[in-house]
Amino acid sequence: MPQCANASVCRFYMCKGFRELKWPDGDNEEWLSNLRMVWGARQMTDTATPPMGRTGGWAWLRMIPAMVLPVLVTVLTIVVIWYAACIPMNIKGVLTEIQRAGAVVTPGDAAERRDASAFGLLVRNTFAIPATWGQDRPRLPAPHQVVHELWNTTVDKKITSKRSLVYHSWITLSATLLGFAIGTGLGILLAIGIVHSRVMDMSVMPWAIVSQTIPIIALAPMIIVVLYSVGLQGIVPKAVISAYLSFFPVVVGMAKGLRSPDSIQLDLMRTYNAPASQVFWKLRLPASLSYLFASLKVGIAASLVGAIVGELPTGAVAGLGARLLAGSYYGQTVQIWSALFAAAILAACLVGLLGLIERGFLKRMGLA
Amino acid sequence: MILAVAALPVWALGWWLNIRLANSTAAKTQWCGLAVPIIFGTTLLLMWELLVRGLEIPLVILPAPSLIAVRFGTSLPILWQDFLQTFLRGALSGYVIGCGTAFLTAILIDHNDFLRRGLLPVGNFMAALPIVGTAPILVMWFGFNWESKAAVVVVMVFFPMLINTVAGLGETSAMQRDLMQTYAASYWQGFVKLRLPAAMPFFFNGLKICTTLSLIGAIIAEFFGSPTVGMGFRISTSVGQLALDMVWAEIVVAAFAGSAFYGLVVLLERQVTFWHPSQRG
Repeated sequence: MPQCANASVCRFYMCKGFRELKWPDGDNEEWLSNLRMVWGARQMTDTATPPMGRTGGWAWLRMIPAMVLPVLVTVLTIVVIWYAACIPMNIKGVLTEIQRAGAVVTPGDAAERRDASAFGLLVRNTFAIPATWGQDRPRLPAPHQVVHELWNTTVDKKITSKRSLVYHSWITLSATLLGFAIGTGLGILLAIGIVHSRVMDMSVMPWAIVSQTIPIIALAPMIIVVLYSVGLQGIVPKAVISAYLSFFPVVVGMAKGLRSPDSIQLDLMRTYNAPASQVFWKLRLPASLSYLFASLKVGIAASLVGAIVGELPTGAVAGLGARLLAGSYYGQTVQIWSALFAAAILAACLVGLLGLIERGFLKRMGLA
Repeated sequence: MILAVAALPVWALGWWLNIRLANSTAAKTQWCGLAVPIIFGTTLLLMWELLVRGLEIPLVILPAPSLIAVRFGTSLPILWQDFLQTFLRGALSGYVIGCGTAFLTAILIDHNDFLRRGLLPVGNFMAALPIVGTAPILVMWFGFNWESKAAVVVVMVFFPMLINTVAGLGETSAMQRDLMQTYAASYWQGFVKLRLPAAMPFFFNGLKICTTLSLIGAIIAEFFGSPTVGMGFRISTSVGQLALDMVWAEIVVAAFAGSAFYGLVVLLERQVTFWHPSQRG
């Protein structure tokens, strides 16, 4: 990144896609502002952070439109595409319904319609297009139908009702959190063991890494049945699945994090004559935090998937997985989509919450 | 009962051997790094066998490894059919389509700054979601056969792959791109000769993550409906019949398929990114 004082050089860089960046408290001899040329938008955010921190806390607010606008446009585009996709997806079902209600559609023969392309049908029956967004059991429900169902089953229903999504989400969430707590607890313990014992490192670590490459979720149905035959049911089997899904990412990430201090830092602890416990509490544990949180985020998403999948094979009656399954049995597509969105919102909240906790931790440690 | 008690000395022997090996001067050698986990694994298997036989644990809770091996050997044709259906037809085709489209989308995104700032946060968000939940919808759309499984896999692998590739394409430093500029390289020349090779470590990282995801997606999609063949189908029906040895045999197949697939991608990575520091070690 060149620093330049010469105006024509500056102009050259500017037209080559660089942009200039003023550094207010310059440390050059004249106490002028430093001028640096940086290339591209990505570089700008990287290098512009330190001066903004110095000029005041709210400068980043001005960046928000530049960040939010593209995302908004993207989301809007997705919604538009979604609405457009509803028309060809649902048109056949809609035409059948309309015909049954007594209206005239072209072609009138149901068999002929089945073989016709969705696009051709839509051109010949343009009047049916609005109906594709309001069907009872569409192949692809329109966004507003999903939002309506979400609103209906969360805000309008009592939380204790069997049809409330909050109730179902809580069933899944409780299993997720229990499993996640067990999985991460054991994972951290095992990682500590691995870092401090060479035998454990050499014998367990390769298996922990290999286990990441196999679809251990295939074990889920069996765990449910086996625990059921032992007499355990309800939250525990699901929590067990969640636990082992979040276990291995945490072991691998935490072991990496506990090993992350440089040898120079470990040597310093040695010169202080620090015992292993102090090396752990004062160096290894703080150094591992960012690794830990990265794997916690992976782990909690995996836990949620585990809890949802754990509800599938037994035909559970409550929980988001049960809603998915019941929806697919009875063709209630709107119910499937709303359960899916509930799961997505739950996952986003959990990961976001972990992000907040991480930021809090890093702030207290003076790292953020 | 005697067998169950015999598990104790087996454990002690395995532990002692591993301690001797790990603390010996040979611990750094390659064969030792292989021998220790293998000893650990065999000890676990032996203890499993002895405990199950000694305590007479019923088959419906935990079958002995020998039983699983026998079942594996006797039902090879079925397992092969399931492997063909789930792995080759469902997971692999979905993996290729999903990673391919994600790669092309990443190039498109990288070409356009507005798209990058719009699609990347959305992609990041999507990658954290439980996308397996789309399985019932896709099964409804694409039917019970492997096409719906491939569709689930496509949706599952798309976003992790997209994020990794976009991150990789942004990996070059300003200096390197500047050099390309001084050579008067066009956008595509700079892309093919600089940014694409530089993106390869990230690209392969995404490919590796997606190997596991593709198998998970294909197996779970079969829980929502499948023809009477496939690993997920076999697992869920065998669990229903309490034929746990068959379930374990399928899990062994899944484990082998998953690690072999992963291993293959790692081999490919070594060939392509031989220049990267992590490969030179």
